[in-house]
Amino acid sequence: MGSRASSLLREEDIEEIKKETGFSHSQITRLYSRFHSLDKGENGALSREDFQRIPELAINPLGDRIINAFFPEGEDQVNFRGFMKTLARFRPVEDNEKNKGPPSGEPLNSRMNKLLFAFRLYDLDRDDKISRDELLQVLRMMVGVNISDEQLGSIADRTIQEADTNGDMCISFTEFTKVLEKVDVEQKMSIRFLH
Amino acid sequence: MGPFVSPFNNLLCMLLGISFTVWFKLLLVFIIVPAIFGLSLGIRTLYMKTLLKVFEWATLRIERGAKEKKHLLYKTNANGIIAKEPTSLEEELKEIRQNGCNRKLKGPTTIIGHTPTSSEYEMSDIFYFFRRGIESIVDDEVTKCFTAEELESWNLLTRSNYNFQHISTRLTVLWGLGVVIRYGFLLPLRLTLAVTGVSLLVFFTTLIGLLPNGRLKCLLSEKVHLMCYRICVRALTAIIMYHHSENKPKNGGICVANHTSPIDVIILASDGCYAMVGQIHGGLMGIIQRSMVKACPHIWFERSEVKDRHLVAKRLSDHVKDKTKLPILIFPEGTCINNTSVMMFKKGSFEIGSTVYPVAIKYDPRFGEAFWNSSKFGMVNYLLRMMSSWAIVCSVWYLPPMTRQEGEDAVHFANRVKAAIARQGGLVDLLWDGGLKREKVKDTFKEEQQKLYSKILVGVHEDRSRS
Repeated sequence: MGSRASSLLREEDIEEIKKETGFSHSQITRLYSRFHSLDKGENGALSREDFQRIPELAINPLGDRIINAFFPEGEDQVNFRGFMKTLARFRPVEDNEKNKGPPSGEPLNSRMNKLLFAFRLYDLDRDDKISRDELLQVLRMMVGVNISDEQLGSIADRTIQEADTNGDMCISFTEFTKVLEKVDVEQKMSIRFLH
Repeated sequence: MGPFVSPFNNLLCMLLGISFTVWFKLLLVFIIVPAIFGLSLGIRTLYMKTLLKVFEWATLRIERGAKEKKHLLYKTNANGIIAKEPTSLEEELKEIRQNGCNRKLKGPTTIIGHTPTSSEYEMSDIFYFFRRGIESIVDDEVTKCFTAEELESWNLLTRSNYNFQHISTRLTVLWGLGVVIRYGFLLPLRLTLAVTGVSLLVFFTTLIGLLPNGRLKCLLSEKVHLMCYRICVRALTAIIMYHHSENKPKNGGICVANHTSPIDVIILASDGCYAMVGQIHGGLMGIIQRSMVKACPHIWFERSEVKDRHLVAKRLSDHVKDKTKLPILIFPEGTCINNTSVMMFKKGSFEIGSTVYPVAIKYDPRFGEAFWNSSKFGMVNYLLRMMSSWAIVCSVWYLPPMTRQEGEDAVHFANRVKAAIARQGGLVDLLWDGGLKREKVKDTFKEEQQKLYSKILVGVHEDRSRS
């Protein structure tokens, strides 16, 4: 419920988040209301259980990985700032032109940052390479029990073969970007936030 | 000092005595007597119209005040926080593959004109799931059904306030006046009525229980139940509009309705007689239940019997077969939902095979939020909140009776009834189970999505091997 939620968010915080993420004032207050309603423990931070309570997310095959993307390395709680930074990556790229004065450096929702975010979904150990195992893990999550190990293995092998240019049997970020150069990443990895 | 105090005391006692008698006489004449005869003096409708005017004024005042002080208002967005794309998994994956040829095929090049479906797994396949996942984190259908709806305009209750800062003295005074009226006048009045209603119910039904079974008993029990429920309706200042009373449930049928709060029972039962179904409780609730069943047959289950689905079904169908018994009132959602949507109907009541009379109940949240958020408030807290709101305003629609068609299974029938209720009440028709309030979602849904994706993946693979 939004009853006291928006009053707990100070104006300075809203301004900082605006600068960092590019969201508008009303978007930030509404997302704070949503954050507050997910926070059942009312301690100002979300845990993994809070996310898993969303049925549509719990039935998403990649649900666990998506939840992981919100939590910084080794931590169990995500505060509102962190929540907004992750969501900011899904802002459409055109919105940057509308809000004059982009943040310094590369905005969170640039094409490259979106690709990096998707890369991190595969690369669990953060070694900047997608190994065969990591690819298999993601494939297994998406197909469940419906495809055999051998078939899945050969799909993974073929995918690596076609993307790998330097022969190290892993997919680096550059190779990943090359494979996806024709894909409309800006549209597929964006959500239209209403004003 | 002595002689001064006693006349003063006497005066005080006299005044209290007089005000009590006046109070009771007013209560009796204006509220209880009409309730007994089922009449309405129109006081509540007048009250409702006045309140609406006050709320409008209050909202305009807040908006004006906020503009003057240049505060940004929290505005609820009825359309949601995001605009969801309605594309399905298959459509999106086909699009990705058709834009295909984004892979350098090593080795011998393929024939020109070969379909792009020769590529199987695309690394961009995850985008669909990733985006859907984030969308559901920002705005999902289910979790918002279990919290109260947000209001567009303020109704002078602190509990539904998002923007209240000191805008103007007049507004604060009005709010303060509201608090005094609600807690000082309305709440005691309603408590008195509620206590009267419940005690009369228990007393009279126990009396009637002493009579031998027969037409007189049923008639009296009907009158008593209706009278007491009407008093309870006034105890909540509930303003109810009944539509299509020609479709009211008849004996031998089952009445199903959407569930928002325990008050639903009082609202329906003050306009017709029903046999209630439920688990027998201890304490005050148990006393009421036990005395009610003396006057006319309700269906109460012991806690242990509730788990036994066959026993439940048998008792329900026995009751329904007896045409002298009242229609059964059931809430198939199984839990309270916040009155913006209707969730999955449990198929148990639809397997019995009798006529189903659907009823749609829609509350107007501007006067008081009727939804019982059982994870946030206990029953007593909830009733206190109910009795200290302005009023409970709702509309009840009696829909035409429905029966299970040839070859239709219970689940399909339940969904058909649910769709009719949702359509009439202007509610969103959801397939999700209301049990998700407390339990985790079943894995079968995830497995369905995985199966769908695998089919697309492997289907493409088969194409390839065929060529």
